[in-house]
Amino acid sequence: MIQIALIFALGCFGLAILINLYKIITAPGIGDRILALDTLAINAIALITLYGILMETTMYFEASMIFAMTGFVATVSYTRFILRGDIIE
Amino acid sequence: MIIDILISAFLVVSGVFGLVGSIGLVKLPDPMMRLHAPTKATTLGVGGALLASLFYFYFVVGRFSWHELLITLFLFLTAPITGHFIAKVHIHRHERPDTLPPPGGARPWASFESDDARTRTEGHEL
Amino acid sequence: MLIRKILPHPYLTLMLVVVWQMLVNKLTLGNLVLGLVLGLIIPILTAPYWPNRPRLGSLPRIVEYMVIVLWDIVVANIQVALIILFKRNADIRPTWITVPLELHSPEAITVLAGTITMTPGTVSSDLSADGHSLLVHCLHAPDPDAVREQIKTRYERRLKEIFE
Repeated sequence: MIQIALIFALGCFGLAILINLYKIITAPGIGDRILALDTLAINAIALITLYGILMETTMYFEASMIFAMTGFVATVSYTRFILRGDIIE
Repeated sequence: MIIDILISAFLVVSGVFGLVGSIGLVKLPDPMMRLHAPTKATTLGVGGALLASLFYFYFVVGRFSWHELLITLFLFLTAPITGHFIAKVHIHRHERPDTLPPPGGARPWASFESDDARTRTEGHEL
Repeated sequence: MLIRKILPHPYLTLMLVVVWQMLVNKLTLGNLVLGLVLGLIIPILTAPYWPNRPRLGSLPRIVEYMVIVLWDIVVANIQVALIILFKRNADIRPTWITVPLELHSPEAITVLAGTITMTPGTVSSDLSADGHSLLVHCLHAPDPDAVREQIKTRYERRLKEIFE
């Protein structure tokens, strides 16, 4: 049962990432594009975690943790750049 | 058996929320409305997936890992911050003081106050 | 006064030790000592960035607040998901509302803004330059005054008890 649920969740997040990629390409404004990138990073964390369950290994947690941190820093620096024209003042 | 049902429920619910967040990103018509979908639905989706992983490794594999809890906490703390920044980008690029409700004080919303004006009122540089 | 010099931010030290333990994922004496060393050194090195010590209220109040917010996050998500999936775009009524703040400490305002973003259909978008009101965007609010009232009574009152 867990296997079926796992495959379902993997499919959902995979589809979500495809939707995000589509949105990154077709986004009307820069804010939407940053939002789509941020969502993509969060969905990727979920996908890595689910893949870890599928493979029954805890090795991928470090990867998802680093993804979480870089995703956050990337989003903040994009927005800082647009708001202030500079990342570190 | 109960554990199996619990983990499966967490997985299915998280998958559905993750997908709904991304659908909202495409479906909703206005940039500020689009911000609502990923900040809430996707964060809960990832939280559900991480909790499912926590339960799976504890009850089925028999190894307890704190990392999922740490990632969940981190995501729940950072989601409002990224949301706030993206909202500020939208205000900066698409809104003017007269399209927003008045702040109710003497000074404007922080996005519309220039650096010079702030330095003058507060008496020091940022 | 000496203890204040060594431990400028006791909560930060505690948090660093706990997070370090969670990161290394194994509770041994060596890890605990290393965590303590980090927890003592980092607050001293970063002291210029933390000018004053926030005051915290009683622990039961904080726990109560966290439980309420977690519950609201789950409810909020179900509401937002239903709105996204089953409401036609023409029926959604997005609005901006202004929430006048009674809180003054920056920590309390930060927590309130974060809570607003995570809970039912609202995203905090901007703070007025003098820090006396918060700009909030609602996804679907036929009655903006009710939303403002809920934010003020449900979250702000509790935060006022915790922080001030």
